[in-house]
Amino acid sequence: MSAVTFNEGSLKDIMNKPDTVPASAAPVETQAKPRPTPYFETERGLALLESFGNFFRATLPPVIGIALFILLWQIVSASGGDSGLPGPAKTWEAAKALFADPFYDNGPNDKGIGWNILHSLYRVGAGFGLAALVGIPLGFMIGRFAFLSGMMAPIISLLRPVSPLAWLPIGLYVFKETEPASLWVIFISSIWPIILNTAAGVSRVPQDYLNVARVLNLSEWKIFTRILFPSVLPHLMTGIRLSMGVAWLVIVAAEMLTGGTGLGFWVWDEWNNLNVEHILIAIFVVGIIGLLLEQGLMLIAKRFNYE
Amino acid sequence: MHNYLHIENAKMVFDTKKGKFTALTDINLTVKQGEFIALIGHSGCGKSTLLNLVAGLTSPTDGILLLSEREISGPGPERAVVFQNHSLLPWLTCFGNVYLAVERVFGAREAKAKLKERTQAALELVGLAHAMHKHPGEISGGMKQRVGIARALAMEPKVLLLDEPFGALDALTRAGLQDELMRIVQETHATTLMVTHDVDEAVLLSDRIVMMTNGPAATIGEVLDVDLPRPRDRLKLAENAHYHHLRGQVLEFLYQKHMKKAA
Repeated sequence: MSAVTFNEGSLKDIMNKPDTVPASAAPVETQAKPRPTPYFETERGLALLESFGNFFRATLPPVIGIALFILLWQIVSASGGDSGLPGPAKTWEAAKALFADPFYDNGPNDKGIGWNILHSLYRVGAGFGLAALVGIPLGFMIGRFAFLSGMMAPIISLLRPVSPLAWLPIGLYVFKETEPASLWVIFISSIWPIILNTAAGVSRVPQDYLNVARVLNLSEWKIFTRILFPSVLPHLMTGIRLSMGVAWLVIVAAEMLTGGTGLGFWVWDEWNNLNVEHILIAIFVVGIIGLLLEQGLMLIAKRFNYE
Repeated sequence: MHNYLHIENAKMVFDTKKGKFTALTDINLTVKQGEFIALIGHSGCGKSTLLNLVAGLTSPTDGILLLSEREISGPGPERAVVFQNHSLLPWLTCFGNVYLAVERVFGAREAKAKLKERTQAALELVGLAHAMHKHPGEISGGMKQRVGIARALAMEPKVLLLDEPFGALDALTRAGLQDELMRIVQETHATTLMVTHDVDEAVLLSDRIVMMTNGPAATIGEVLDVDLPRPRDRLKLAENAHYHHLRGQVLEFLYQKHMKKAA
């Protein structure tokens, strides 16, 4: 802590000065010291020790958690004997072989893991993109107009809890093809969080900001671009994050049913081949990609958090 | 100096869940151009409600409000408001916040360079030229309030409305901003209405103090002329007998005649 000292300057002088943030440490006065301080007693040394401590406190628990998980996995697989689950080492070897050539293409039902990942990502991106395209404007309108909100509320409450896969037959019936049907499933299951969070964000725009708009007599367009949209953006990002999560959850299941390509299809295909290593790998791949998507969106959301 | 802002028999009734609530009644007030009026009273006495009526953010249930002989029918940039909690838009820089107001008021008839100049000048007036490109989240509470004042002043309003502008600040920062506000108002001759519950602030800054009775159905109890010569210096006023006399009168009104009953 550094103390703030006032010299004899008048109050006004103090007020007119730029509000400066006090430096983290006051400059150390150079005094003759009886002995050189050992490095780990100096401020820098202590800071170094502390940052080491912080590093271990932050990394140790997750590392132990993962190690225990792998150990548990090993125990479960070993206890099953020959017909048990493949262990971590065996799965790792299979993964190395699999990722050595991720982009081969041996016809419709035999493609590299890279292709399957890309196909799944494409479907999620397209379905989710459509959901955002429809959901964001709809959310804004529902949030802004109470009448529309009243109109949509029963429909949304009725359709939102429906399991995503229940929509698949409707998609297949309407589109007659599996590709648009799986996009439809992603669309319909990921649109709700976007609509609801956007609408909630709009209705929660602080009255203070709207009063500013009223005093300034801003045009509707300016209100939207300068006040409504930036104010809703954090809520919107939450909606997008939730939607993306749902979409990624649903895609595996949808692809299992529609077949052809994608991670979901691959899981089912490897089940039919009884290649359990690959199923385990698929689970990890789905998990890791989901994690990356979530973290990426979190990073973007942070950028728009003004508070 | 002619009568500029005119409030006649204004009454404000709110519809609440518990039925009708009369916040203000029989408000009659005339403000001259360039005058500095302080509205003082205990919390809940409707002083902010009165300010909002002048701002046009709410419409009176009954009565008339006139500004230079035209009825106030809604909010408008000629009545700039400095809000209690600064109300800066956190996604715009200090410059951006002020520019939004400047652009709205002068954008139709002035070039961009001139608008930027105005924005810069307003921020310089409140001593914030150095923090122009910072976001509100990066500056102190006192600085935010100064940006709020700069935003209001940059609009060159006919009337400046301040709603407890320094209420949330520490005493030292508040004193500095009061001095600054006094200087700015002297320079710009803005007609000013300020809600406050700080007796010293009211006596120091205003030409007249409008003292309000307690709500519900609050009204103007007394109006006190503050005939202290300007420019005023807070340090010299501390030894001024008349200052203390005026201060005593406000205190007497607030704490003897209209003591708020403990809830």
